[in-house]
Amino acid sequence: MNKIQEQGIGIQINNIGKSYGERCVLENLSLTIQKGEFVSIVGKSGCGKSTLLRLVAGLEKMNNGTIELNGERLDDLNRYARIMFQDGRLLPWKKTLDNVCLGLPKEKKENAIGALQQVGLKDRIDDFPSMLSGGQRQRVALARALVHNPSLLLLDEPLGALDALTRIEMQNLIESLWKQKKFTAILVTHDVEEAVTISDRVILIEDGKVSLNQPIKLPRPRKRTHPGFSMYVEEILGQIMHKKQRKANFDMLLSPSKEEQLLFNSINN
Amino acid sequence: MKLPNKGVIIPWLIPLVLLISWQFLSWVGAIPERILPAPTQVFVACMELLSTGELVDHVSISLGRALAGFLIGGIIGFLFGLFNGVFRFADLFFDTSIQMLRNIPHLALIPLVILWFGIGETSKIFLVALGVLFPVYINTYHGIKSVDKKLIEMGKAYGLRGKALFFHVILPGAMSSILVGIRFSLGVMWLTLIVAETISAQSGIGYMAMNAREFMQMDVIILSIVIYALFGKLSDVIARYFEEKLLKWNT
Repeated sequence: MNKIQEQGIGIQINNIGKSYGERCVLENLSLTIQKGEFVSIVGKSGCGKSTLLRLVAGLEKMNNGTIELNGERLDDLNRYARIMFQDGRLLPWKKTLDNVCLGLPKEKKENAIGALQQVGLKDRIDDFPSMLSGGQRQRVALARALVHNPSLLLLDEPLGALDALTRIEMQNLIESLWKQKKFTAILVTHDVEEAVTISDRVILIEDGKVSLNQPIKLPRPRKRTHPGFSMYVEEILGQIMHKKQRKANFDMLLSPSKEEQLLFNSINN
Repeated sequence: MKLPNKGVIIPWLIPLVLLISWQFLSWVGAIPERILPAPTQVFVACMELLSTGELVDHVSISLGRALAGFLIGGIIGFLFGLFNGVFRFADLFFDTSIQMLRNIPHLALIPLVILWFGIGETSKIFLVALGVLFPVYINTYHGIKSVDKKLIEMGKAYGLRGKALFFHVILPGAMSSILVGIRFSLGVMWLTLIVAETISAQSGIGYMAMNAREFMQMDVIILSIVIYALFGKLSDVIARYFEEKLLKWNT
């Protein structure tokens, strides 16, 4: 049932729109993602980036437009993809190994053990999720997604709830597994640095549209100290915050108000 | 100082102290025998009834009724809870009617049940089953309805369908609520049985107590009450055992 053997998948998103009742979340959004590419989607919260990911996963239906996977139209659950959620969504009543085995044929249990080994949790096979730390739980969730050898990995802010050190560790882990397995990956994140660290291209979504499509041309493994790194981060952040407008606000704050002016004058006199 | 079996001893301290003071007060004559016979007397009565085999008969008959009623009511309640929780049509079709029936105190049906089934086994089993059905139904239904939607979505995204989704995600998710229903219904089971046996029966512990009243056998009446208390505790222990076994992930 799962078409997951082939490596990487190309995605063609054509003019999709999605609204919940009156509220329009995505509007005529188009995007092409190459086979094996790692794309990050950033944007303010509520900009529709998670919705886009859920549409690609086939968890929700769009109102108009199409999504094509290797030229094949998506109209149900995306069988090429595995999704990793922000809150992990491990089944609390299943031990680590059984969580990874979810939806896996019985004879592939060995693969599940292998996947847990890849994320460095082979010795926690018999523990319940409640006994794991937040970072370990996300690693189990990652193993659960990867054990199916998906040709598309969807990451819905999977590192959002982790502390800074664990995040860096997880970013490295995801990057190395992506290099090794050559799947296509889409990461939704609100952390621009994370996006620049890990992806080939950063997409910014604003007002339901793609407002920035920025390839990151830095050598891997990427270092935050690389001069180009902060340039990319600045540029993307600037676009998100609308720098010009912000600068104007700053100027206003710096110029003294009338009351301050009067105060100044009275002191000087 | 640490006792080796703290968890086993402490819960029984209150019953033990009560028992000793009861015995003591009877002994010094503070409690008249007519009102409350001493624990030793109750124990003697217990031994007598055991030797004639009468006690074993009554207890096994009561246990049989309790179990039969519990199984019938529990299974029906569980199945309805399951179907109404999972299938929208069944929910629409049955739930309103079940909610109406649920609010009738089942013990109010005793006159009707006696007229329908007489005072034989059927009437008791029917009443117990009816009493057990609703708590199991309500808790199964709500347990299934309140399974985390995110987990269900995750299950679907990982290719689970139908039976697999039910057994891996929905049923375990509803389990703690189902067990609450079972624990509660065990209480209802004893309550219903005692009332039914006390009002109309020719055997069983309730009958034994009512029969003893006719002859002013205080010790036998107290014995029946003590037996009910012990069975109540026993069913709680069983429920707890299953909770620990099925919900060990929840610790």
